[in-house]
Amino acid sequence: MARTATPMLSLEKVSASFADRSGQLAVLRNLSFSVPRGQFVCVLGPSGAGKSTLLRLLAGLLAPASGQILFGGQPVSGPQAGVGLVFQDANLMPWRDALDNVALPLELRHDPDAIDRAWDMLQVVGLRGFEQVLPSELSGGMAQRVAIGRALVQDPQLLLLDEPFGSLDALTREKMGEELLRIWELEHKTVVMVTHDIHEALYLADRVLVLGRRPASIKLDMQVRLARPRKLAVRYSPAFGRMAARLRAAIEVQAV
Amino acid sequence: MKHERERTGAYPWLLGPAVAAVTVLAWELLVRVTQLPAFILPAPGAVWRRLVLALQDGTLLRHGLVTLQEVVLGLAMGVVAAGLLGYWLARSPRWERLLAPFVVASQSVPIVAIAPLLVIWFGPGLLSKTLICALIVFFPILINTIIGLHSVPQELRDLMRSLQASRAQTFRLLELPAALPVFLGGLRIGATLSVIGAVVGELVGADRGLGFLINVGRGQYDTALVFVAVFALVALALTLYGLVSLAERRWLWWQQRTNPSSFLYGES
Repeated sequence: MARTATPMLSLEKVSASFADRSGQLAVLRNLSFSVPRGQFVCVLGPSGAGKSTLLRLLAGLLAPASGQILFGGQPVSGPQAGVGLVFQDANLMPWRDALDNVALPLELRHDPDAIDRAWDMLQVVGLRGFEQVLPSELSGGMAQRVAIGRALVQDPQLLLLDEPFGSLDALTREKMGEELLRIWELEHKTVVMVTHDIHEALYLADRVLVLGRRPASIKLDMQVRLARPRKLAVRYSPAFGRMAARLRAAIEVQAV
Repeated sequence: MKHERERTGAYPWLLGPAVAAVTVLAWELLVRVTQLPAFILPAPGAVWRRLVLALQDGTLLRHGLVTLQEVVLGLAMGVVAAGLLGYWLARSPRWERLLAPFVVASQSVPIVAIAPLLVIWFGPGLLSKTLICALIVFFPILINTIIGLHSVPQELRDLMRSLQASRAQTFRLLELPAALPVFLGGLRIGATLSVIGAVVGELVGADRGLGFLINVGRGQYDTALVFVAVFALVALALTLYGLVSLAERRWLWWQQRTNPSSFLYGES
């Protein structure tokens, strides 16, 4: 990691908690890490570990209870431009067709080229010919492509993905992972993606962070040294298997 | 849910007229068999002739327009007031909790009971009728506005927030379209209730309108005229209901494509 350059993202002793009926529930405790520009990071953890909370913090949708988050060197105090967000399910507006859903972020900024740029983005995510199709008529995978297009259309510096393929079947999920890598190779954004799928994380990421049980902190910070561009076959290599076993163990230790 | 269209035989469009024809026939038969005097149950033919007469001398149009005006003005007033209050309450849960009991309590006061008061306070003219219509329309629109706004998915709100949408943009691009199906459902009910409100007001005290016409017919033993006025009211309510359905078909096209609505229910 280049020490001199400002990291895209850095967290300094960030804690977060929820208020519920029984009082304050600590979700994240003293989380510190930084993400250099252009890195693809996956955050792994058991369900309920606060992965989504972490992403909401990074998106500025939630304020940390303590500590601070820096985005491009500036403290995050709320939602900001330059961040694209992809939700667990596609989260599209059912009254807008695919094209208009992708155009939404640009429309909000009164971009006169919104429709043209959204059109180009739909080609990038592989949905040529689906411009006028409503979300209710799209398959789960296609809907998630639209959602990724919507996040990328404003050319963000940072892309945040919250278990984006969680509701897809295994085969579509693999295919979407490949697609995400293809798009990432084109645009080379900084990516933070939350997932609970070890193989998906290893296949996609430069680096995997494992969160422990609540209140979570980082249990393992692992570099994934697999050559790019990656093919699906890399999943069956011995190196891949060894790393998967390490990650599995890190999660399992926490589960006890 | 998608299910097969119910089978209504070879000529489904014939069903409506056929039911009407059978009803009229049964009515005619009833009058002939029982030999009831015309001031108790006039024959369909007599009602028809009374209708033609009322059309020719302008009675029906004159009184019908008065009622129409009350209904539409009252509906508009109720929708605007309930829509604004509903939007505010949906956005401020504390006020919603505080005011909800009063809103519900106000609804349990029968409108028929306070209609005379309104006529006493605001006179027998347009104003009192419009207020009665607005009051009767208020509750269903208010409730549906609140439910509609609560039905906006939190994730879409988060999306708009993450995109730094302004308050106005969030309303126009998210809340309005998301709440519209439920809101229009309330408007369907409101439109027909408004007709009831106008008639109640006119029956209590008025010198014009279809409700007044009913009173006149009753007083003069012109029962055929009462029937004519009642049918005119039904036609008015059906027309308003149909207009709301039309609006749904136009504005909720994104639901229609996968889930076509019927005349009776909008969304399913």
